[in-house]
Order: sequence, then C-alpha cells, then structure tokens
Amino acid sequence: MNRLAIMRCCATAPVLEPYETATDALLSKLGIGVVDLDFNCCGYPLRNSRFDAWVRSSARNLALAERASLDLVTVCACCYGSLKQADHLLRTDGALREETNGALRGERLRCSGGARVRHLLEVLREDVGVERLRALRKRSFAGLAVACHYGCHLLRPSAVVRFDDPACPSILDELVEATGARSVEWGAKLDCCGSPVSGVNDELSARLGERKLESAREGGAGVLCVVCPYCWLQLDRARQARAARGEDAIPIVLVHQLLGLSLGIEPRALGLRGEGPLVPAAPAIGGARHG
Amino acid sequence: MDRNVALWVAVAAFAAGVSWKISAWFRGGLDPAARRIGAWSRAGAAIRGIASTVASARAVTLLRSLVLDVLLQRRLLRESAARWLAHMAMFVAFAALVLMHALGRVLTARIFPSYEPTLDPFLFLRALFGAVLLVGWAAASWRRLAARDPRRNTRPSDSYALAIVGLVLLSGVLLEAVKVGSWSRFRSMAMEYADPSEEAALAAYWTGQMGTVAPRPLAGGALAARGREIHEASCATCHSAPSSGFVGWALAAALRPAAPRLDAAGAPRLLWSVHFFACLVGLAYLPFSKMFHAVTAPLSLLSNAVVRRGKADPANVATKQMLELDACTHCCACSAHCSMAPASDVFGNAGVLPSEKISALRALASGRDLAPGQLRTLQQGVCLCTSCDRCTVACPSGIDLLGLWTSAKEALLARGEPEYSLLSPLSMRRALASDAIDPAAYRDAVERPRRAIAARSGAAALEDRAVALSPGDGRLWAALQGIPDAGTVGSCFGCKTCTTACPVVREHADPQQALGLLPHQIAYAARLGLSGLVLGSRMLWDCLGCYRCQELCPQGVGVTEVVYRLKNLAIAEAAREGARAGRSA
Repeated sequence: MNRLAIMRCCATAPVLEPYETATDALLSKLGIGVVDLDFNCCGYPLRNSRFDAWVRSSARNLALAERASLDLVTVCACCYGSLKQADHLLRTDGALREETNGALRGERLRCSGGARVRHLLEVLREDVGVERLRALRKRSFAGLAVACHYGCHLLRPSAVVRFDDPACPSILDELVEATGARSVEWGAKLDCCGSPVSGVNDELSARLGERKLESAREGGAGVLCVVCPYCWLQLDRARQARAARGEDAIPIVLVHQLLGLSLGIEPRALGLRGEGPLVPAAPAIGGARHG
Repeated sequence: MDRNVALWVAVAAFAAGVSWKISAWFRGGLDPAARRIGAWSRAGAAIRGIASTVASARAVTLLRSLVLDVLLQRRLLRESAARWLAHMAMFVAFAALVLMHALGRVLTARIFPSYEPTLDPFLFLRALFGAVLLVGWAAASWRRLAARDPRRNTRPSDSYALAIVGLVLLSGVLLEAVKVGSWSRFRSMAMEYADPSEEAALAAYWTGQMGTVAPRPLAGGALAARGREIHEASCATCHSAPSSGFVGWALAAALRPAAPRLDAAGAPRLLWSVHFFACLVGLAYLPFSKMFHAVTAPLSLLSNAVVRRGKADPANVATKQMLELDACTHCCACSAHCSMAPASDVFGNAGVLPSEKISALRALASGRDLAPGQLRTLQQGVCLCTSCDRCTVACPSGIDLLGLWTSAKEALLARGEPEYSLLSPLSMRRALASDAIDPAAYRDAVERPRRAIAARSGAAALEDRAVALSPGDGRLWAALQGIPDAGTVGSCFGCKTCTTACPVVREHADPQQALGLLPHQIAYAARLGLSGLVLGSRMLWDCLGCYRCQELCPQGVGVTEVVYRLKNLAIAEAAREGARAGRSA
C-alpha cells in the first residue's frame, strides 16, 4: 500500500491531542504509512475573509502533495471540503490556476491537478475495507447504539466533493457497524454541529450543538461518533454544557477510537483516559484539553 | 584610549545593559493588567516560583531540560541537522574561546599555572576552536545572505550579529598570521628575553623554523644551530612551534611575501586594536543585540520546561513572556512552519508570520507607542492565526509563541479597532478560551466588526420601506460574476427552498427580525444589485457555510458561494473605509 501524506488539521495539535494519538495508533495498526509534508492551513477559516487567501492556502498543500506524488489524506471534514473545492476550482478555472501558480513559484511549487484529496474514512473503506476491519475485530461493540455524524463538508456540496450520497450517506455507518455496534437513525444526522459560528455567535452555536445531542439521544444513541476535530470540539463543548446543567449528555467518540478499540488497541494509545468497556463510555472518552 | 579603561567601560556598559534588560522583564508585559502589578511583586513572585520549582520534583525536569535543551539543543536538532551542526560549532567554539582565550589570564592561568597563549596545547586549541567557529560562522552567513527563502527575512540586527562575530573572528585569525611573520615582534621579544649578542643566531633560527620574515635575507647554517640552543633556553617555555596554531600558520604562509610590508605598516598593532575593540563593542552592546540569546534562550527553555500553560501565576507568565521576547533570535524557524504563511502573502502583511511579529510585540510589551498603522498590522497579525501551535513546537529557543499571540490579542482588541478576521472560524479558539477573557471585552470585540459593517452599508433600518431598484449596484453584480459558482445568482427565482433548508433560519421564531435578510432574499437582492441591503445583512455572519441551501437549490444557484463572496465584499469595503478613516485621523 502506498504511503499517505497526512494533513493534521490546525485544530488538532494544541487542543485535541487524543485526535492525533488515535489517528496514528489506528493507521499504524493497519500498517498504513504516513508522512508529514509540512502542510499549512487548508484555508477554510479564511473563506469568510478572502477568497484568494483560501485558494492560495489550499493550493500550496495540493502542490506539496503533487510534488511528493502522494495522496493527501485529511482527518477533518472542513479541511477535506476546503481542499476538494479549491482543487475543483483550480482544475476548472485556468486563469485562477495560473495566478495561483505564479504565487507558488517562489517555493518551486505548482498545481497541475495531480493531487488526490481523500478523507481518512475513504482510506479505511477503500484501502482497508469493511470486510477486513470486521475480520480483524478483536472486540465487539454489540449492543452499543451509535449516532454517526458526518460533518457538512464531507457531504456538501456533493457535486464537488462526491464523497457519499448527500441525502443518505453510509460510509461512516458501515465502518461503525464493522465494530459490531449499531448505527441508529436520528433526525439531526445531516445537520451542522454549529462550530463555524463559535466565537462569532456563541448562543446560536451552542443551540445548534445541543440540538444535535438531543436528537442523537432521542434516536436512542449511547455515543455520538465524529470524524472532524471542529465537530468534536464543538459537540464535546455542548456535552459539557449539558452535563454542567445536570442534563443527560451522551459522550462524543472519534471513529478512530471506536475502530481502534475493536481492533484491540490499548485505550491509552488511542488517547482514551483509561481501560473500561465503552458502554457506558463517558469516563473513557478523552475530552478536549482546553486552554 | 588606555586598554584597561576601555575594558572597564565596556564591562560597565554590559552590566548596565543587562540590569536594564532584566528589570524590564519585571516591568513590562503584553497584558496591560500585568504591567500594573508592580515590578517588586513580580520579582517576588518569580523568586517564589523558582524556589518552589527547585525544591520540588520538577527540579529533575529542569535538570533534564538543562542537558537536553540547553546544552545539547535538541529542539534545534529536530528542526534542522545542518543548523544544529552550525550552531553547535559556534556555541562550543565561542564558549571555549571566551573561557580559554579571552579570559586566559583570569581563568586559564589560574587552573594551569604554565598557561601561555602561544604554548601548546593552548595554541593548538585556540586554532582548533577558531577553525570550528569559522566553519559555523560561514554556514550561518551563507544561510542568511546567500540561501534565499521567502519566509526568512534578514534584518539589520541579524546582519549586525554576523558582522560583529565575523569581525572578532577574522581580525583574530589575521592578527595571529601577521604576528607569526612579524620581524618587529621578533625584535622586541629578542630584546626583552635574549642577550644582544645572541640576536643574530636567534633570528636565523626563528626565520628558519618559527615563520618570522626578516626584511633582508639572513645568514643561516651554523648560526641557526646556535639559535636553536638559545631558543630552547630562553623562548621555548613560552613558544611552541607556531604550526600548532594551524589556522594562523596557514594564513601566515600565504601572506609571507607581504609580511615585511605589513609589519612595517604596523599591521600587528592595528589588527590587535580591531580585535580588542570589536570584542569590547560586542560586549557592551550584547544585551541589546540578539547575541543576548546566550542568556535568554536558556532561561526560556528552562522556564517552559516547568511552566504549564494556564496553570502558572499570571505575574510569572508576564515576566516569562518578557524574557521570551528577548530570547527570539529571529531565526525564522517558526515562520517556515506557519500555517498562515500563504495568507500572509495574500494579505500583504508580513506580520502574520510569527518571526516578524516579535519586534512589534517587544515595543507593545514595554509600553512604547506604536503608530496606528503598526498596531493595525500587528492586530491582524495575531488574529490571522489558527492557533495550530506549530510555531511554538518549532522554536529552538523554546518560546511559547502561541502564548504570546494569545496574550497580545486581547490587549490589541481592547483598543477598539474592528478586527474582521474575528468573523470567521478563527474565532473558535477564542471561544474555547473565553473563560479567561472579560465577558464584556469578549463580546465587544466580536460585535465591533459586525457593527462597523452594518454602519457602512447603512442597513440598520430594515423596516418595510420602498427600495429603489434602479440604479442597482453594478459592482456587486460584477464581483459575483468574478467568483465561480457565485455568478449563478442570476438564475434565482425566489422559491425560498434555501431559506426553508437553512438551519440558522430554523433557530429563530422571527428570523427576519433576527437575521435581516433571509437566504432567498440575499440571493434575490444580490441579483438586483442592492449592495447596502445585502452587505449589511446580519444573516451573512450567522451563515454556517453548511451548504444545505446550495445542495437543494432547484436552479443550481451556488447560494453558499454567493454568501461567502458577499462576506468577502462586506469585509473588504469596511476594512478599506476603516483604513481611510485611520489615515485621515
């Protein structure tokens, strides 16, 4: 299997150490080699401010992956959407491509459409396969009901990202069910977690986050499974807010952790605080290390 | 000037400079609250902090960091093996030359009573360290001056550091070479240590074996054999064969044809003066140059090995930050890894790069006045940051750079100038850390850019009123056409599917009241060129960018792309206006 150029989202390094730990542990267990290419921000947080700053940021990453002839793999839905969209624009808009390449020339970089952007979920499904994950399973999560949360930018705009069926996605559900757990139906499954307006309109952001948790609980889920650091930070914050008010709040788990545990990886190596069955999982899930 | 007077003046200047710098660590601070604590309480807090650390198990951590981070410089090794080699060469050689050579009479002679700089092993070691320093210095100069890197900016302070080290080093090497060949130096030593009748024999030996170059050819033969005996009796206790000092010896061989002229022109004396006074200038100015990192970088590395973010006494954090600002060597390792570097180019603000913020932060922390333009640049510089922390991880001096940006950010935002990058997901980190920020200041900083945009577009009044449809703003239309997918806005027929799908609209009982324009109204008004209405709409900043609207639009309008484009325009226009107002103020 080819090595992958892994793009660690800016949001993981300082506040979400378990995110990186779990990613590395899972990939190494599956024998997938990764390289760090010194990527910069994907540009997603700059989209509100400047179109060209977003495209330039994404383009540099695409060019780095292209030069190394490696697939660029993201662990974040927003990085994924941002890179996919920029890649699409650079492929289809010749003038934009020339302008961007002109700016990248100083670093002897160039985008010519040779980069392939993938999310870790695609690697798990296409390169490893649900069947193999099931065969490698050391521990079953039978009885665990999971609410799968994809994150907006994995799914939409579907015409560009082409990740999964935008109305009825299944990749994450299949991976979660490979652990023996059951994926539940829930109303807010495709809704935004609210993180994009965190710090801009905190009331709105918090309401959206909590709305998701309520919906997941109503769907009968014991945990909510995420695949994006922004979603994780946001939903874990909503969980803390509910818990602080003494309300029921289901834990947030990263799909890497769920899969890792089912493959027999030690909880600590997955950034989980300690041993313990995942049901009830609250104490086992490593929350965000704020500050 | 008498050399002793000059020496003591330089030492006094150095001591005064160091005292001034250290006192500044306790006086200044990025957070204005820290500046109000008072220097004596800050010093007290520092002493208590150090004492409690040294007396606890963290002393082991400190010791470990002293060996690994300070002496072995593993952070630099992680950054670049080549840079580590070059820096290690300079670090070891410079330290050795200072201790063994500069402090030769004070230090080395106490430990080795037979010490003479011209005697082996000291002569050989001096040359060895000189050679190592030369290699390190050449590598550092090459990196600065010849190896081009858009993320590495060279400032006068960087050039000064290379120049002063180079001047001391090269004048020293050259002095050695000129002294080897100097006839006048030989004569004066011969007069002092030998009988006048022995001088001819000694000259024969020294010109033959010791590299001395006589102005006229001398007789050799038996005279040289006699000279050897005199040399061994009178000179050898202080003079090893000069070839041990291989750097000077090699250069002396090259300069041999010119040696008599150089000697006659007084080159030994001149070079000695250059070497000596360059050392004194370097010493006197050291606390204000980046060579001060020899003191501050170890302190930064050690303090960050034991101080935990968010756990330390705010007084000590302020002091540590002042120290850290002095520990930056402007090596630019941080900027090489900055995740916002491409944005730095696009925004035309070098101050987005970590290494380029430090000098402005120094001024801010010491309470010096910065021009409004500089403050604006700095504010944008610290706010256009994903808080990815890669700068901190890369810094060879172990500076908690993210900590500096975080402290400076609130102080800068409190000035009251709108910061438009706050209206983006970059604000999420600020929200996560909001417990540590004054609630009113927190809210005000993010409301200010929204208010500035609303005021500019004159969209405060959204009550029912007639809006003139013509003439529409043609620029708005043109701007939307310039962005792929945003140009599709012309196909909107106002079916409201986008508004029905919008999760933000759904959150409000009276969305029109709360949001201004709803998504379908934004699309339609944009189509009509009603820029004031559109750009002032609060909906723009509550939009999540979740793409549900765009996904469902039956007309294929890139609704989300349109909104993104409108946000860009609103920010660009408000920022331009702000800059204009700032200039005229």
